Amino acid sequence: MLGGAVVVSFAMAPRAFAQGQNKAAGSTTPAAAPVGDLKAFPYLDSWLGIDATGRVTVFSGKAELGQGIMTALMQCAAEQLAVEPATITMVMASTARTVNEGYTAGSDSMNASGNAILQAAAQLRAVLVGWAAADLSTDPSRLTVADGVVTAPGGRRRSYGDLVQGRSLHMKADGAADLIPPPQYKIMGRDYPRLDIPPKLTGAPVFVQDMRPEGMVHARVVRPPNYGATLTSLDLSGVAALPGVLKVVHQGDYLAVAAEGEYQAIIAMRALQQAARWQVSKTLPDRTDIYASLKAMPATSQVIAHRGSGGTQPGSRVLQAAYRRPYVMHGAIGPSCAVALFEAGHTTVWTHSQGVYPLRAAIADMLSVPEDAVDCIQVQGSGCYGHNGADDAAADAALIAQSLPGRPVRVQWMREDEHGWEPYGSPMVAEVQASLGRDGMIDGWNYELWSMTFMTRPAKSANNLMPAWYIPARFGPPEGAEIPLPSGGGDRNAVPSYTLANEQVTYHYVKPMPLRVSALRSLGGYFNVFAIESFMDELAKAAHADPVAFRLKHLTDPRAKAVVELAAQKFGWDAAQRLPSGHGRGFAYVRYETIKAYCALAVEVSVDAATGQIRLRRAVAAVDSGNAVNPTGIKTQIQGCIVQAASWTLYESVDYSETEITSRDWSSYPILRFDAVPESVEVHVINRPASPSSAPERRAWGRRPRRSPMRWRMPQGCACATCRSRPQR
Amino acid sequence: MRRRWLAGLGIVLLVAVLAVLSFGLWARRPAIAQTAVPAPASFDHATIRQGARLVAAGYCIECHTAAGGQSYAGGYPVPTPFGTIYGSNITPDPTTGIGHWSEPAFVRAMRQGIARDGSHLYPAFPYTHFTRISNGDARAIYAYLMTLPPVRDRVPPPQLPFPLNVRPVMAGWNLLFFHEGRFKPKPDRSAQWNRGAYLAGGLGHCAACHSPRNIFGAENRREAYDGGQSEGWSAPALGRHSPAPLPWTKDELATYLSNGFVPTHGLAMGPMAGVTRQLAKLPPADVRAIATFVASLAPAPSADAAVAAAAAARAAYHVTTATAVAGRGPAKTGAAIFAGACASCHFEGGDQPFYRPVRLGLSSVVNEPDARDFVHIVMAGIQPPSGAAGRWMPPFGVALTDRQITLLAQYVRSHFSGKPGWTGIARAVSDARKEPGS
Amino acid sequence: MITLHVNGQDHAVEGDPATPLLYVLRNDLRLNGAKFGCGLGQCGACTVVVDDEPIFSCQVPISVLAGRRVTTLEGLGTEKEPGPLQKAFIAAQAAQCGYCIPGMIMRAHALLKRNATPSDDDIRRWMQPNLCRCGTHPRILDAIRTAAGRVS
Ligand code: FES
Ligand code: FES
Repeated sequence: MLGGAVVVSFAMAPRAFAQGQNKAAGSTTPAAAPVGDLKAFPYLDSWLGIDATGRVTVFSGKAELGQGIMTALMQCAAEQLAVEPATITMVMASTARTVNEGYTAGSDSMNASGNAILQAAAQLRAVLVGWAAADLSTDPSRLTVADGVVTAPGGRRRSYGDLVQGRSLHMKADGAADLIPPPQYKIMGRDYPRLDIPPKLTGAPVFVQDMRPEGMVHARVVRPPNYGATLTSLDLSGVAALPGVLKVVHQGDYLAVAAEGEYQAIIAMRALQQAARWQVSKTLPDRTDIYASLKAMPATSQVIAHRGSGGTQPGSRVLQAAYRRPYVMHGAIGPSCAVALFEAGHTTVWTHSQGVYPLRAAIADMLSVPEDAVDCIQVQGSGCYGHNGADDAAADAALIAQSLPGRPVRVQWMREDEHGWEPYGSPMVAEVQASLGRDGMIDGWNYELWSMTFMTRPAKSANNLMPAWYIPARFGPPEGAEIPLPSGGGDRNAVPSYTLANEQVTYHYVKPMPLRVSALRSLGGYFNVFAIESFMDELAKAAHADPVAFRLKHLTDPRAKAVVELAAQKFGWDAAQRLPSGHGRGFAYVRYETIKAYCALAVEVSVDAATGQIRLRRAVAAVDSGNAVNPTGIKTQIQGCIVQAASWTLYESVDYSETEITSRDWSSYPILRFDAVPESVEVHVINRPASPSSAPERRAWGRRPRRSPMRWRMPQGCACATCRSRPQR
Repeated sequence: MRRRWLAGLGIVLLVAVLAVLSFGLWARRPAIAQTAVPAPASFDHATIRQGARLVAAGYCIECHTAAGGQSYAGGYPVPTPFGTIYGSNITPDPTTGIGHWSEPAFVRAMRQGIARDGSHLYPAFPYTHFTRISNGDARAIYAYLMTLPPVRDRVPPPQLPFPLNVRPVMAGWNLLFFHEGRFKPKPDRSAQWNRGAYLAGGLGHCAACHSPRNIFGAENRREAYDGGQSEGWSAPALGRHSPAPLPWTKDELATYLSNGFVPTHGLAMGPMAGVTRQLAKLPPADVRAIATFVASLAPAPSADAAVAAAAAARAAYHVTTATAVAGRGPAKTGAAIFAGACASCHFEGGDQPFYRPVRLGLSSVVNEPDARDFVHIVMAGIQPPSGAAGRWMPPFGVALTDRQITLLAQYVRSHFSGKPGWTGIARAVSDARKEPGS
Repeated sequence: MITLHVNGQDHAVEGDPATPLLYVLRNDLRLNGAKFGCGLGQCGACTVVVDDEPIFSCQVPISVLAGRRVTTLEGLGTEKEPGPLQKAFIAAQAAQCGYCIPGMIMRAHALLKRNATPSDDDIRRWMQPNLCRCGTHPRILDAIRTAAGRVS
């Protein structure tokens, strides 16, 4: 559940840091070769620019998504270049200006882009010092640098602005520059306030939704009633005559309308909806049986972990359980939006996509034009948490713009479009058995997992751009991809983060996608941790052990133990802890993607026995995500993850009938509101080079829900003691 | 205003007389001794489960749970014409709940409206209906409640004027208006009908809201189900006087009672929303039984009348999407408000299946003789409980002025309903403004 | 033509009287604070204050606003000089994507106008109509507490 939370720290310490940590404080650390995306794009001017006034521009192919990456990257550049943060301009994810860093996803932006900028900036500083030494005819080692000015002992100085005059920054990274080491940090490692917050809070046009280029028109799309519906008739007479309407786009089963005013576009869209007749067939699977049907679909099965003699051990006590989760949606608060301009054969798209280069390729494919006839420029949007409608909205804008050359076209989805058409997080099932030895240790573990793909992001082809399914060229069907471990897709964190002597983990990768699915925050990590950690508690109970002590017994990594102990201590977890009646507590631990951040979480929940309603009262997390560039950023993200995961776990489930998605707004797909926000959500950061993750598991009253959305279902409405302690289906 | 005041005076005088009488005659009821809180394990499963279904049939949780509070711990304010009464804590907490109540004490409360200590309960607790349930059912409810987790939570005392705050006065009230006695099945009716009549007339206490009451707050039995009110909402007539443009069928009633919505009539709202949320937990056969009974209250509709009414109601549903707003003056203003504030949901999107707005032409609320419910909904909106899915409407009480709400009401009534215009809209708006939370 | 009084200034607005305020604020007056979230009165992203009351601007036609005072996020302060509530949100770093925050600030603004010392419960109940998907709620609560002069 805590995916995406790692971006403001270095998940895997670059070599430079790994060494730096072990060295005496204050020493500089040479790096041997370019790291991160500097490997693929080794020229310094791909990452950094300095103009004659000394203003620095930092280019990153990663996108700011509200996770604070822009600020963290700025901190890296400012620190290593030794300039004031205020002199830096950040340019993020643009096919016109930045290198191709792929998707901003998988929580590795700091490794990829952060390391590149860190090293490039350190090298550039050395280069600038070298130039200053030449200009001032002195030895570089005698020069000092501060605030973008290089000063010689006598007070003679050269500013960066002076130094770059007539010189080119187009030089190769050598990976040999000295990084300013952590103990000397002035800007990194600090709670630097996020750059994007003040403008967002005072009404500056920060979001793509706020763009308003000269001559812009507003467009809305009319989608079919379901994925497979086809247009049978369309009476356009009324729509075209509506005030402000400029263009009705009707290509195959693709329908959209553009108008001068935004409300005019909405009125026209409604009229178009009424004017269109569709053939709708039953294409969705039976809602009542999604888990059985998930297991019955064609799948490729693979043992992804095997240790010792595998599963449960003969002669030991065997426990088993099954866990489930339904389709869950991203549910951005701001529906997807894009602006596109088609002019002189070139299409420019402003988008809140997480991957501008892959999107460009897909849009070029959709329009049947060469890639360089398209540019995609990332502009912030509403929080998306993975692959939502951003890319599709970009495709919509690009398509509609082709019919209105010279005029920027802004498309914003309506709420029902966002809810009904975004790709969801896959439903999942896990069946687990474990055996407990006489010593109270787990001596066998067998975990089987069913999940669809978590990867249908657009790449080369237009198949994964939903609007392209309906145009006459009929791209599609969408293609899912597997994501290899240790990152993993559905199987992310399916291998327990514990040291188990015998274990076997099998992943059934389910091919069909009757409902559209793709990357949703932490991919399979949320569910696997939910299942594993719930089962750890069941095992602890069976072993008559305290859940925290039981976990510690199965951990060897000292950093793992440290987060578990810290979370337990800050929570006040011990055998004597007294909770009010109807309250329970739960504990969870995970190492994200098995190699990244360590996270432990303790929660207190209350249960209303009569209604089964569960409330998260308090959460205490401990995180060790390595070298924290911006600790407040990490805390904010983990807090957000805890609250969002609580919402998934307690309330969320995409609803549908055989013909349609019926979760089309916040009333049919409710999420957590203020009344359910825990009284406190504490996050304690252990700051040293490394990454986070975990799902809160809940325990109250001895019975354990094994599916989300979670409710204390009384079997036939019975609240009696026996029924209460019987596990839910 | 003046009439109300006179009625009030009448009540006070009469009640005072009754009070004197009651003290001598009926007021004293013996207390039933406290017992130890029974162990949950002392009840068997089947009984507890039966109790769980029965508390759903009586939707007890609705009046015995405060907003945001623990279930059955009481504190829900029930506004009555006489003052506010708070639902009591009926969890087995020994000090603030009913932990020390024995089963006979509980059964007596259900059947006679007498608390364990012998004091009189107010008929906001509908013992006037519960008296009809069987002893077995009363015991099952007891078993269910006693196995809930105890919640310590003290409920505020009722806010009633003198002399109503003197509980023995209720003895006099009972003397006049309360008829103790169990349900007697009608042998000429089907078993399903009798089951429905038992549930609706006993635990369900439908008549408590759907019947007019006299100035003493007692149901007018001769006009049972002819429409009443509850918590400031009107509870429409269920029988021959039903305002629904289309006659209700048994199937529609069953759907409505368990889903809270049926496209041909609309949405359960106000206090009825909670009722349907609870009835949803009943076995379908019980819901059908209730529907059978309620449907029998109205004469069977002729097929032709139904078809004609449906056609008329559908024709009246016309989507206004701004620009097309016709007319002048106030009507135009009302139409513009509808177009800007309402039409984003209340329009039909052709084959787009996700637009299934309540058809205003068919809505009971729009067709009722009284504007009160319409005004309520517009001002307060409709929201399902937090975290639950359900029909939604945002509140417009602060966005629109009294005059604007009035114009909107006039527009909707004239545009969507074939009935004569409402009178007293402005009054309904200013009444609603005075309610807490509006 | 309708005259709207927004952030202390009169604006003459042409167009359909049924147009919801949100589109007029964003497109005609070029104010970015109020956001489109649902257009259904379910999320509060479009919240602005009218005569001291928070309203969903996506659901209020301009025809009903003649003679009433509209305050938007821009009316509370600027990037250079943020208002007290904006300052409190910045201090609490109460934003992730930040899309919901303008609506949050406006609703909180209306609360503090009527109740300068709200309890935690008051704040939660009052903020209930507004959704945040990023889970920024704890920080939003902190910011409102701080703005209300309560140490968090
Ligand atoms: S956009 Fe107005 S409430 Fe959601
Ligand atoms: S901060 Fe992203 S929705 Fe609230």
